[in-house]
Amino acid sequence: MTARTAACPNCGATIEFRWSSAVQTVCPYCKAVLVRRDVDLEKVGMVGDLPPTSSPIQLGTEGRWQDDGFVVVGRIVYRYDRGGWNEWYLRTMRGESAWLSDAQGDLAISAPARQPGLLPAATHLRVGQWYVIDDTRFRVASLTRARYAGVEGELPFTTWDRDESLFADLDTEGSGDALRFATIDYSDDAPAAYVGEYVELEQLAARNLRRIEGW
Amino acid sequence: MSAPAVASLTCPQCGAAIELRTLDQALSVVCGSCGSILDARDPNLHVLQEFKARQKFEPQIPLGTRGTLKGEKWEAVGYQVRGIVVDGTTYCWDEYLLFNPYKGFRYLTQYDGHWNDVQVIKAAPDEHTSGGRPYILLHGETFKHFQTATAETYFVLGEFPWQVRVGDTAVTRDFVAPPRMLSEERTPEETTWSLGTYMPAAQIWSAFGLPGKPPHARGVYANQPDAYMPLAGSMAKRYLLFVAVIIALILLRLVTASRETVFATNSAFFRPGAPADSLAFVTPSFTVSGRTANLEVTTEAQVDNGWAYFEYALVNEATGTTYEFGREVSYYYGRDSDGNWSEGSRRDRAVLPSVPAGQYFLRVLPEAEVPTSFLEYRIVVRRDVPTLTPYLFCLALLALPPILVALRAWGMESARWKESDYAPSSDDDDDE
Repeated sequence: MTARTAACPNCGATIEFRWSSAVQTVCPYCKAVLVRRDVDLEKVGMVGDLPPTSSPIQLGTEGRWQDDGFVVVGRIVYRYDRGGWNEWYLRTMRGESAWLSDAQGDLAISAPARQPGLLPAATHLRVGQWYVIDDTRFRVASLTRARYAGVEGELPFTTWDRDESLFADLDTEGSGDALRFATIDYSDDAPAAYVGEYVELEQLAARNLRRIEGW
Repeated sequence: MSAPAVASLTCPQCGAAIELRTLDQALSVVCGSCGSILDARDPNLHVLQEFKARQKFEPQIPLGTRGTLKGEKWEAVGYQVRGIVVDGTTYCWDEYLLFNPYKGFRYLTQYDGHWNDVQVIKAAPDEHTSGGRPYILLHGETFKHFQTATAETYFVLGEFPWQVRVGDTAVTRDFVAPPRMLSEERTPEETTWSLGTYMPAAQIWSAFGLPGKPPHARGVYANQPDAYMPLAGSMAKRYLLFVAVIIALILLRLVTASRETVFATNSAFFRPGAPADSLAFVTPSFTVSGRTANLEVTTEAQVDNGWAYFEYALVNEATGTTYEFGREVSYYYGRDSDGNWSEGSRRDRAVLPSVPAGQYFLRVLPEAEVPTSFLEYRIVVRRDVPTLTPYLFCLALLALPPILVALRAWGMESARWKESDYAPSSDDDDDE
């Protein structure tokens, strides 16, 4: 079993892990990007200060989705020419992964697809195409080439070696509660699909939200 | 510990202080002092566009004002004036961007004093066509296409989660189902749909604590709810209830009316050609009893292709109260190319309302023009006879309010659609 705490090789501070199997974390004190090597942490780089965010989510925020509790353990900040969004990494009580994306106050939560089927190669992807993922018909709504603008907390992969990648946002026909969404992430060699839904903060029964002055 | 809600920046163009309220959500921010549009994500805030609006506008809700809309707190962070040009005339409206870090963004629009509370919806709704006219079904409601136009941005202030520029254009399509409106905005980059709900200006004023009273809304707005339509419906329902009640009253009256004959002459004759003085007569005295009720005078005259006129005076012997009235009996008949015809009746019925009990007599002056030299006639006076007239009058009077309200509703609907792409009297379209 992996240790819940480790010392930062850069500044010596004690780093506590929320998720014992994290592959990468960022030292909250000196902003060193640390990657696990057996029992030790190796510094692979540094991150700059993230710009102040107005997101109500923060590391340690807890909530519930699909009868499972989750805690926010990491965050990736994506940027593209016409916007940006926060992608919060969630670990659930059942030991699963999920992502909570937060784009201009619009929240969407998703988990890895169980039956992703044959996903199209990045070069074949077009807006308007239909794909069946997890027995649901999804239409490609938009394609976004975004870069990694910052990270914090614990993540299931390393990001220091990543620069830019393609994301496809897909949604179903219909509206309101019937509307579901999917994302295909082309960061790795093999595309990875995530399926989920748009949510409101209240629906997640979120606790330990960031308190914002005056709100 | 709580995180700061605003970041303080300095305009690279004029040096004025700028507050960023949406932090990392902002893509562009406008310097309130020199009007430059700045790249909010650039630490140096480089200028995206220098001030080029033709006119300065003042938002009615000052940016930075917080208000409570439908139980949620919102802060006005962005303001833009956009407009469309129709037949050479520019129609401008205001758009306010509202922000709450826990809720995201929301919009308020204002046109000629009409306000809408607007939220972006995530998926494009399903579109249909009926008779060449597009419509949209959303949550079981039918939104009718109202107008397609190209909207241009004329003026901007505050901050926006997109790269705003004066001169930006978007093709807009509005669909209405009052009090809601679905709007599509299409640019080469993206298509967004939003759902607006009409809001009384007074509600905006109280939500944001704005001073004074809101300016009066002019005209009828595309999705302004029609207060008259449901009112007309409920009034029509109530009217049917009145009709039922009045029919019941009529039936009751028919059953309870006494119809007592208080006086009748035998069949009598008079000579139509005789001098008037010799024809006038008074009847014997007769008793009218019971509570005050109507009195029916029936005149029967055996006229053949002629008329008779009876000048009556009903006189109360005790008080001298006199009711004067004249009745005409005329009956014509014959045969022409269409067959037999007849006109008029040999019997006339007059009802005097509210005649009190007492001893009465009738003064009668008959007059006639008939082909015969004698005319047979008969007069019958009956007490408490049912008549329909007051009931029908009552029904007609009660019908007035629902009819007036229905006219108002119809007028509002036509005023609403007059501003649309489907204006009925438009002279340049509808010729396909």
